[in-house]
Amino acid sequence: MEKIILKDIPDLDKIDVYLANGGYSAWKKVLKEMKPDDVIDEVKKSGLRGRGGACFPTGVKWGFMPKGNEKPKFLCCNGDESEPGSFKDREIFEKNPHQFIEGSLIAAYAMGIQSVYVYIRGEYWRWINIMEKCIEDAYSKGMIGKNILGSGFSVEMYVHKGAGAYICGEESSLMNSLEGKRGYPRVKPPFPAAVGVWGNPTTINNIETLANVPEIINKGGEWFSKIGDPKHPGTLLFGVSGHVNNPGVYELPTGTPLMTIINDYCGGIRNGKDFKMIIPGGSSMPPLTKEESLNMKMDAESLKAVGSAIGTAGIMVMDEDTDIVHVLQRITKFYYHESCGQCTPCREGCGWMLKVLNRIMDGTGRSTDLDLLISVAENIEGNTICALGDAAAWPVKWTVRKFRKEFEAKITKENIELPVLNKVHGLRKSDEYVSIEDETNPVVENLIGKVQEIQKNDKIKHFSS
Amino acid sequence: MNTENYTPVFDENELKTVQMHISKYPKPMAAVMPLLWMIQEKYGWISVESMRYVGDLLKLPHDHVLGVATFYSMYFKKPMGKYHLQICTNVSCMLCDGYKIFNHISDKLGIKNKEVTQDGMFSIEEVECLGSCATAPMLQINNKEFHENLTVEKVDELLDKLRNSN
Repeated sequence: MEKIILKDIPDLDKIDVYLANGGYSAWKKVLKEMKPDDVIDEVKKSGLRGRGGACFPTGVKWGFMPKGNEKPKFLCCNGDESEPGSFKDREIFEKNPHQFIEGSLIAAYAMGIQSVYVYIRGEYWRWINIMEKCIEDAYSKGMIGKNILGSGFSVEMYVHKGAGAYICGEESSLMNSLEGKRGYPRVKPPFPAAVGVWGNPTTINNIETLANVPEIINKGGEWFSKIGDPKHPGTLLFGVSGHVNNPGVYELPTGTPLMTIINDYCGGIRNGKDFKMIIPGGSSMPPLTKEESLNMKMDAESLKAVGSAIGTAGIMVMDEDTDIVHVLQRITKFYYHESCGQCTPCREGCGWMLKVLNRIMDGTGRSTDLDLLISVAENIEGNTICALGDAAAWPVKWTVRKFRKEFEAKITKENIELPVLNKVHGLRKSDEYVSIEDETNPVVENLIGKVQEIQKNDKIKHFSS
Repeated sequence: MNTENYTPVFDENELKTVQMHISKYPKPMAAVMPLLWMIQEKYGWISVESMRYVGDLLKLPHDHVLGVATFYSMYFKKPMGKYHLQICTNVSCMLCDGYKIFNHISDKLGIKNKEVTQDGMFSIEEVECLGSCATAPMLQINNKEFHENLTVEKVDELLDKLRNSN
């Protein structure tokens, strides 16, 4: 299988090697032969979808940008890559940085953009240095700058170093961070294509998305659209970690079976064990059970069909001895730490979920805690400005649902009073419970009576424990 | 590393770098993050006095700089050890014994999360995923070099090397 991004050519980060291997030919072709709209059409034809997790068609996104030059326009390349289990952009910075630079230049040309900012997470000190060097080299060869190759088109490119905030991978938060503010996500609409950085039209693309663009221009959108799954074409950089023999980044066509990736490329599960759970696209995505994993194809549509998502294609594999409750506790701790604090459901809800998971881990969990976790998760989901709330809620909701037995095994303590409160809490949302308005229902009658009794006895410690 | 409070001053060359950062963006406010990085690079941590200094350089309200400096976890708001060890314990590292590495270092140095050893040599921090999942477990030193595929033996060697490098 031919690789589009992680080619087997050594030293591609050196501009001379990249040029000798046909580098920047797409950029030259675009400047000489193509109009901006032709470039957008070609990308639309390729069917390229965003690689950051939302899988939005890239060509369509570019088409949202206003034509004309009344206002300056900006391109932000999202290299924040902080999703646990993802380490693909780092591989691009290291192995083929110029292809990404070329892709972002082509994107800038297609949308009439004069300033490109590459936002890289602060922890990637080494890769920031690589990118700064590569951009400097590209300037010295006349690929970036004023009146590039005599075409009359000018573009500047800068690296912006983050400082350790997961939330800045969210596009509107990234824009705030770039403006020198706290990384708070913005309410949408207005969307970035209308009001982005410094109030100007902006497009935000993932590093991997942009790295695909030069080959689409060189070989044509049609060629690209025939690779992998027709609805989600191209290759993905699968970052496999956890309990496999050969973890690493593997570039494979979309729709590659999960078991092929794990057994043929990663050498199977460590120590000849069986596996229990797989997270298919970074820690935010609902996990897969063994049964779901066996016939799973790794593309956006197949994963959507089972209620998960491709995310950043960071696959985390857990063997049969893994403590699922501990894994979920660690994931929730991450979101608790990274919630920016702007929306109450996410800020408070992540803390509540963590407290409940902590007590289950400590052995003081209650029989009703599992429904409580699902209830809190469902009240975060969809009630926040950005997707971090959903990202925190999904793993909790789906891990508890799919691996309920693992959680139940840790809960030994029965508590008579708390079920009452939990059920009242659950009444608001879940279909499994009766309506609280239905006071003639004996269950509700009984519940209300018990709640009043508890309130009288001042035993409501449920949410503060 | 300045362990005491300090009053920051940039020399002529550094002020040129400040201007270079400001020129990268349409508005000077955007240079606040690069300038905070410059302060941390020079003094090891970011004091309240230096937040005021950055605010004055960019003509920003001091509280805005404080807001930014406290939002981002990689800016140190207090002095850390000469070698600040940032140990990842997120899922992929955890699956590969990341906690074993963290606890080993914590026990060996006798300090807990975000504490500094008495001699000021080491501090440790439990950090979130650093994108080194295939080479787990890992740690980063002073926001810079990654040390990957760690084992207890490798950690011991690393700590000895750092201690003797003085």
